[in-house]
Amino acid sequence: MDKEKMKPQRYFSKSFQEVSGSPKSEEKIVTQGNLTYDVSNIKKKPWGRRLEDRKFNKVKKKLPQKSNPNPKFRGKFKVPKELLEKYSKGDGVNLKSVKTSIHQKKFEKKEKNIKFAVEQSAKAEVLLVEDSGYLEADAGETTTQFTQKQIVNSVDLAAASKHFDLKLDFGPYRAKYTRNGRHLLLGGKMGHVAAFDWMTKKLHCEINVMESVHDVCWLHIETMLAVAQKDWVYIYDNQGIELHCVKRLNKVSRMEFLPYHFLLGSCSDEGYLSWLDISIGQIAGQYNTNLGRLSVLTQNPWNATLCVGHAKGVVSFWSPNSRDPLAKMLCHKAPVIAAHVDPTGLYMATSASNRELKIWDVRKLEGPVQEYKLVQPANNVAFSQKQMMAVGMGNVVEIYRDCCTTAAKRAYLRHRFVTPIGNLSFCPFEDVLGVTTARGFTSLLVPGAGEPNFDSLEANPFQAKSQRREAEVKSLLEKIQPELITLDPTTIADVDLPTLRDKVDAKLKLLYLKPPKVNYEPRKKAKGRGGSVKIARNKKIVQEEAKKEFVRNKREITREEEQEQEKPKKPPHVLDRFLPKKKT
Amino acid sequence: MKVKVISRNPDEYLRETKLDIHKTQRNYDPALHPFEAAREYTRALNAVKLEKVFAKPFIGNLDGHRDGVSCISKHPKRLTVLTSGAFDGEVRIWDIPQRICIRNFVAHDGIIRGIVYNPNGDHFITIGDDKTIKTWKSLAPQFGEEEEPVNTVLSKTVLTSLAHHRTKPIFATAGEICQIWEESRNEPIRKIEWGVDSLHDIEFNPVETNILASCVSDRSIILYDMRDKNPLRKVIMKLRTNKLAWNPMEPFIFTCANEDYNLYTFDTRNLKQPANIHMDHVSAVTFIDYAPTGREFVSGSYDKSIRIFESGKGHSREVYHTKRMQRLTCVHWSLDNKYIISGSDEMNIRIWKARASEKLGPLKPREKAALRYSEALKEKYASHPKIKRISRHRHVPRHVYNAQNELRTIKEKEKRKEANRRAHSKPGEVPYLPERKKHVLQEQQ
Repeated sequence: MDKEKMKPQRYFSKSFQEVSGSPKSEEKIVTQGNLTYDVSNIKKKPWGRRLEDRKFNKVKKKLPQKSNPNPKFRGKFKVPKELLEKYSKGDGVNLKSVKTSIHQKKFEKKEKNIKFAVEQSAKAEVLLVEDSGYLEADAGETTTQFTQKQIVNSVDLAAASKHFDLKLDFGPYRAKYTRNGRHLLLGGKMGHVAAFDWMTKKLHCEINVMESVHDVCWLHIETMLAVAQKDWVYIYDNQGIELHCVKRLNKVSRMEFLPYHFLLGSCSDEGYLSWLDISIGQIAGQYNTNLGRLSVLTQNPWNATLCVGHAKGVVSFWSPNSRDPLAKMLCHKAPVIAAHVDPTGLYMATSASNRELKIWDVRKLEGPVQEYKLVQPANNVAFSQKQMMAVGMGNVVEIYRDCCTTAAKRAYLRHRFVTPIGNLSFCPFEDVLGVTTARGFTSLLVPGAGEPNFDSLEANPFQAKSQRREAEVKSLLEKIQPELITLDPTTIADVDLPTLRDKVDAKLKLLYLKPPKVNYEPRKKAKGRGGSVKIARNKKIVQEEAKKEFVRNKREITREEEQEQEKPKKPPHVLDRFLPKKKT
Repeated sequence: MKVKVISRNPDEYLRETKLDIHKTQRNYDPALHPFEAAREYTRALNAVKLEKVFAKPFIGNLDGHRDGVSCISKHPKRLTVLTSGAFDGEVRIWDIPQRICIRNFVAHDGIIRGIVYNPNGDHFITIGDDKTIKTWKSLAPQFGEEEEPVNTVLSKTVLTSLAHHRTKPIFATAGEICQIWEESRNEPIRKIEWGVDSLHDIEFNPVETNILASCVSDRSIILYDMRDKNPLRKVIMKLRTNKLAWNPMEPFIFTCANEDYNLYTFDTRNLKQPANIHMDHVSAVTFIDYAPTGREFVSGSYDKSIRIFESGKGHSREVYHTKRMQRLTCVHWSLDNKYIISGSDEMNIRIWKARASEKLGPLKPREKAALRYSEALKEKYASHPKIKRISRHRHVPRHVYNAQNELRTIKEKEKRKEANRRAHSKPGEVPYLPERKKHVLQEQQ
């Protein structure tokens, strides 16, 4: 028995146990065990018999595949199609359209790499730890009927602590969460500004700015915050010390921070829209919209444009690069009172004072995808990371699920307050909806609203100080320039093809151009050779020549166009000769 | 009612002690990573700028020669050893890491024309203007011993250049004729001539080891086979070729440095026209050496600059110059593919990095990954105008800049003149001639 144990272990051979039992093992391993050499595949025929080989291959193809020898191992994991779609980087290059073979191969390799990357990132989804929240009603129940109290009672203690209520006295409030969802900033109309870590309830600062506060906004990290006060925008640090007073942002009503561009977008009561680059402290763009008082502002997180809602029912999209809006959408026939774009930049929700709520496809600028008529006009709308929508109407908050793709019939959750709602926003990476009212702040539990798995290199709720510092430096290094804000953020990676329209325009322009002026400088000639008359004549000749050339080119262009316009002639028919002759 | 709310246990997300590294969670969902293209572009731009910031190619210099450096030889086995000869007949052996001269002696009367190591590096051969071929030991003489050559051979003709066989103890000298020597004999084992006045450079093919090429002062390049009595072929160019280097990886390919400011890469199978022309120097090119990978080569010129070319490309990727560096006499690419060693008229030997912004020393894995990533980004966004402009920009000294402008106008003028001639003559009279056909006059068998 000891001898048997001393034998070297053979990995990968199942039948070792049986084989090792028999003393004369050598021959039997070859025949019995897994080490059997398959002799059938060895080529017996000499090389060069292609025809026979082909026949053999044909038969081989028809043979049914062997059943899986090891049912425990199900082969390579195949990524489901929907998952691949989620991570897909778009259609690749059409390899057939690439002319040279060397470039074809290059692109082929590139495409292969991209495909591999997509597959890998899709496969990495297995590694995600957390599951998203949910709320399921039993038969005969609806989710709407559950109150916050019931939800809080049935979740674990840590989650229950996320529901809280703050009673504050300084007038209608506005609140914003940081990008990682850890910190909360409150601003009361009557000058109360408070910043705190809402999870541990640790207060960073609480000040009264002794002026009216119209809006508050976190900057790129939780140590800096901007407050739109009576006249100007002030920037404070998390201890409440005033860092800057930005007097160029005057009478600001709403602010939005674009984290990747380090731009603080704001709209003012006087109709101005401005972008302040907070990394260098300069205004990146400031335009008068000429559309009156602006009080509805939101950003499209997908392309960093600012969406402004107007009293005419129009929503316009702005970038700091152009004086005019990039696009305008007539959304309602009544003043727009709230707008929000979902974090993936797919849908935009707008609500108007005539109780309408519409969902738009904001990539195509099309829609409405869905239309709702509410009981009261919605003063606030907000999307969560999982595309839930919270609607604040008067003193009621309703939360809808799947309201973009299908028409939602019933609210997912509803909560009623005593006082009217100031603003509401979902906390990123948490199942929490923060609602401010005239009398304070309430954080509601909304199961299934937040993204359960964060990416700590992007936004990390558990960020330590050193991590925050590092992230700040990194994000500053890759600050996107404001010039890159366009409706389609992928344009930078596209091929810069002059569009057909541009080409046509350029051609048309050529037709209305004046012939170029030729500056002719006569060569200095020996005395007696030249003379001013001759020089003048030569100059005239050269200029005439240039003009003629220009006209000739122009004529050619017009002729080409004419030829294009002319329809292709039919082949002449025998009887055509009897047709009336064309007058020339 | 079933309910679940996201509730994270902080213990799973925070490090246990301060000595641990921070825990990282990744989620590759594209919705959490917006502006992918724009951020990549910004990173690429930063990478290209950083490359410029770190581009400090000059490492150091070896000074000690009392006259201009005429030739340099790399040790075939050791990266730290370098041998150089000067115009005053002095040979110096250098320790590169310490940047000191470890041995020096006067080897010849007059200029040292060539130094080569034998394949295992235990001795080296020098030739000089005094028509002697001297063999020296690589080891320095013991204390009290005098510096003496192991062997001295007196040649009958002038010697101008020297090359060693890759493996065998055979070397070739050029002068009035091409001579092949064995190390142990005092007479050449073969003399090959093609009725020309003088050869000034000779080079063994490192792969096809029996093949030799030499540059001749009648503007031609001659190919020899050591086993054959007569030379193989000859190609005559418009201007004189100064130096020639075989591609160490592709046995058919050699590149020559020409007097007409260009370098020409030839395929020996077709000598009628060069396979590639490498332009950018603004004065005669005096030296060329291939990188051991065969992918790049370095050239030194009379315009006081060193240029690095990728072997398939027509223009240089890099130019090195300093205020004090004078006309280049020799430039070598070190055998570890990392450094460039240049010798110039003003008695100094300089050491440069082969890739200007490369970090020397060992890299940590994360550093390596970051560099690779930025390299990939640079390639991906290479054609964007901003990135292209930054990565292409090279500052050149004023005399080079002015010469470039001058050359440009000359070229434009020639082009214009040809176009004029074409416009005013019968169609077909003035044919379009590709650049590659302009520089070779004749190929002879």
